[in-house]
Amino acid sequence: MKVGVIAFQGAVSEHMQMIDSLLGKGSGVAVRSAEELERVSAVIIPGGESTTIGKLMRSSGVFRKLKELGDSSFPIWGTCAGMIMLAREGDAQVERTGELLGLMDMRVKRNAFGRQRESFEEELEVAGIGRCHCVFIRAPAVERIYGRCRALAHFGRYIVAAEQGNLLATAFHPELSGDSRFHRYFISKVDKSIFLNR
Amino acid sequence: MKVGTKTLKEGFAKMQKGGVIMDVVTPQQAKIAEKAGAVAVMALHAVPSDIRAKGGVARMADPAVVEKIMKTVTIPVMAKVRIGHFAEAQILEELGVDMIDESEVLTPADEEFHIDKKRFTVPFVCGARNLGEALRRINEGAAMIRTKGEPGTGDVVEAVRHVRQVNREIAELVSFKKHRGMLRSKAEEYAVPFELVQETATRGRLPVVNFAAGGIATPADASLMMQFGVDGIFVGSGVFKSSSPEKYARAIVEAARSYDKPAVLLKCSKGLGDAMPGIDSKKMPDSQKMQLRSH
Repeated sequence: MKVGVIAFQGAVSEHMQMIDSLLGKGSGVAVRSAEELERVSAVIIPGGESTTIGKLMRSSGVFRKLKELGDSSFPIWGTCAGMIMLAREGDAQVERTGELLGLMDMRVKRNAFGRQRESFEEELEVAGIGRCHCVFIRAPAVERIYGRCRALAHFGRYIVAAEQGNLLATAFHPELSGDSRFHRYFISKVDKSIFLNR
Repeated sequence: MKVGTKTLKEGFAKMQKGGVIMDVVTPQQAKIAEKAGAVAVMALHAVPSDIRAKGGVARMADPAVVEKIMKTVTIPVMAKVRIGHFAEAQILEELGVDMIDESEVLTPADEEFHIDKKRFTVPFVCGARNLGEALRRINEGAAMIRTKGEPGTGDVVEAVRHVRQVNREIAELVSFKKHRGMLRSKAEEYAVPFELVQETATRGRLPVVNFAAGGIATPADASLMMQFGVDGIFVGSGVFKSSSPEKYARAIVEAARSYDKPAVLLKCSKGLGDAMPGIDSKKMPDSQKMQLRSH
């Protein structure tokens, strides 16, 4: 199984190392084009600057292909900026990010907790995973879910992890906390997916 | 809940990887940088080439201007303080900038000590010419390193020298990996803890994110530095001292992403107009070199 990481910008190598440590060296693959998307069974959209990542996803053709795949049960996980990309809608700051993939029934708020000075670490209970040490960096959050989207974790008045069938979104960074349970959880989605043997 | 931890500071720097951080002096410039795809902006009162031309003492930018820039863009905003000037850093932390650059581009305030960066919640980036400098800054709490290069010249040669130097010294540490004694003497030479030297040797790279800075003026310069293995690019005077900032900003962002694709680089290098006017850093007396301002 190959798991792609959208590799335009941000915490790319951290996700690839996590995948490699769980599935063997070379299992985490950098994806920078629509063609490279054809060769992976799932994709992680990493944290970084959502404006930059979104712009480069759109200009490379990755955006269109990923939207199509996401609609047909392809497993996608977005962390931080990746969560923003997966959302259907967002606040005024998100509007300026440009077009979103719009795959998950949720409304997100960019920089929900403030600037870097307000970035934080916190222990949170995550449905299906358990107690996790969560790292939030200029993190977005989910203001509202609807339709098929389901909340996995809360912090204050926000939802900070959500799931919708093949899709997973976290406002925090499991790739930075050295806890591989989230990556395992995501891989378990791929195990059940029709894209497993691509 | 914990704030200001090493994980959060270094994690913030990791989110910048693969990106371009641009020097800006006005909210309008910040907007241009954001639109072009910059991952962050560095707010200054003057770009390095103007600081160089003007002479005198260069200090932290007016917080009112930095604040306006923070309100204008949604990407992170960084700002520079003088080396060792922890009061300027306290002011910028209070303002809420996302990262502080303790920078040799400004006139140093302390010739003996850098800022004790571990005491701050906000992360710091610092310049380095060699591995010893880089590890000393990391040991002081820097969450990110950049090459010093020679700021405001548009001459990439010094940035190349610095990244080659760091790479060479890391390769040497890697070759000492199994010889604790050798690593110990290196730690002594660099005046840093053994563990930091050991971590660098084990990982075969700097333990924090490492960008290139100082003299990068064209998309080709950005590609060159990325091919030396840096994690991203700072562009100082290169964008807003060129004849068409929008074009240069977009092209340098594209070059940082497609640094290993000559076909894309060719396309984004065409028809950009004049690059910033350069200064041959070889012809510059040491007294004018910003890179020699700390060690």
